[in-house]
Amino acid sequence: MARRWDSPCGGQLLGRERVLTPIVEFDSIGLRYGTGAEVLRDLDFRLSKGGFYFLTGPSGAGKTSLLKLLYLAQRPTRGRLALFGEELSDAARDSLPAFRRRIGVVFQDFRLIRHLSAFDNVALPLRISGASEQEVEGPVREMLAWVGLADRASARPPTLSGGEQQRVAIARAVINRPELLVADEPTGNVDADMAKRLLHLFTTLNGLGTTVVVATHDVGLISATPGAQMIRLENGAMIDRTGLLKNPPQQRGEH
Amino acid sequence: MFDWLFASPAERRLLGTRPLSGPTPWVIAIMTFSIMIVAAAGLALADTASRVATGVQARYSVQIPDGNARLPATLQAIRATPGVSNAEAVPEADMRQVLERWLGPAGAAADLPVPALINFDARPGADVQAIEGRLQAAAPGAKVIAHRDSLGPLLNSLRALQWVAGALVLLLGGACAAAVVLAARGALDTHRFTIEVMHGIGATDVQVTNLFQRKIAIDALIGSLLGGIAAALVLLGLAAGASFAGELLGGATLGVTDLVILGLIPLALTGLATWVARRAVLSTLRTAI
Repeated sequence: MARRWDSPCGGQLLGRERVLTPIVEFDSIGLRYGTGAEVLRDLDFRLSKGGFYFLTGPSGAGKTSLLKLLYLAQRPTRGRLALFGEELSDAARDSLPAFRRRIGVVFQDFRLIRHLSAFDNVALPLRISGASEQEVEGPVREMLAWVGLADRASARPPTLSGGEQQRVAIARAVINRPELLVADEPTGNVDADMAKRLLHLFTTLNGLGTTVVVATHDVGLISATPGAQMIRLENGAMIDRTGLLKNPPQQRGEH
Repeated sequence: MFDWLFASPAERRLLGTRPLSGPTPWVIAIMTFSIMIVAAAGLALADTASRVATGVQARYSVQIPDGNARLPATLQAIRATPGVSNAEAVPEADMRQVLERWLGPAGAAADLPVPALINFDARPGADVQAIEGRLQAAAPGAKVIAHRDSLGPLLNSLRALQWVAGALVLLLGGACAAAVVLAARGALDTHRFTIEVMHGIGATDVQVTNLFQRKIAIDALIGSLLGGIAAALVLLGLAAGASFAGELLGGATLGVTDLVILGLIPLALTGLATWVARRAVLSTLRTAI
């Protein structure tokens, strides 16, 4: 679904109008857990297909909650949320798995299944999508090699270091070539070299058309990704609205 | 329909548990054992009641109040009556033996008047009132007693016990289903993390349910077979050793149909457990986002 839309900064797109395809649309989104106070308030933004976004903000600002909305682990308590052009705020529960399969998620706590090997953890999205074992074997081996864990394929998460677990989690998130990749502090447990490699993986995927949203405190990561856009949250609300979409994907010449 | 039954090795690894690793198989084994014993007792009672009812349905006794003097003439009259078969006089010695049980040695006293008794069977469709009329002519004051009336309370008790056995089977089946629901919820709780990850990656409720349904089906099959084998051994022991069950193997008390019903109980319980597990897992998963 292509539609004409504007950035939150309202007509400041360097004097040009663009037709962009939004992959994520938040309209007046609010989120509260139970009867507590709202942890996210009045979020209005759109993320364009093929964009690379950093989500920043202090601890407790609502980054993880926002990511949960993005990977459909949570429904907004108010407002309109659309992903891939489909309104999902009140979508039937049974329709959500199909959308989740188009999203790759790197959780802050990795969320690896402890009793499965690294290979099985990475293969899980493919198997859930119905891939045969023949279709699983090659891509999983390749992906494990890419994150430097070819020789650890049969190791279980408890026997892996924090950094290795994180790489398995990233491999699992991207194995299905997701249209939207959501990562919560993906470089928090890896050394600088590995962080650079992972960022390269993300930008490569982004170059192939995947929209990437990374929540991070790592200023180095942000500065190493020229052209990426930034969403800043504070106290559950977006601030620095002009920051978002300052560099739409087309301007980076990547798509 | 039976996709859930077939899982790849990778799918089997997802729950990371082996069969017989939890209490479910053992609970189902105990339930199966209890249900089979109760069901066997109920079926044996049903068979006994049926045989007693059939045996006494057409059986009558004629009581001649003034003793043996009129017995031969009365017996002859009964035998000549249309619709009567197998008319036999009860020997006086047998009558006195019965009386002795109630009266002690006085029952054998020669001066104790003993009523004469004739047993006969009425053919199907026979007019018992007409028979009784002819008897009155041959032996005034003779009384015809239908065995089904005198054994009625016993038959009613047997039938009541059958219903009790049936109700117990249903109750135990319900308890088995409840145990499976608890086991399914426990398993969901144990594997909550795995389920959350699977859901997050795009697994459907049906995919998750299939894993649990298959695990519980295997546990239930193993448990019900163990319970079934134990119950069969106990029934064989009873049949071989106890007098009341002495006819079990001969088929007098448990027929082929009864044995087939008993043999199907483990399979029925496995099916019940599998169905209940699927419903329980699906309904629990639907409470998640």
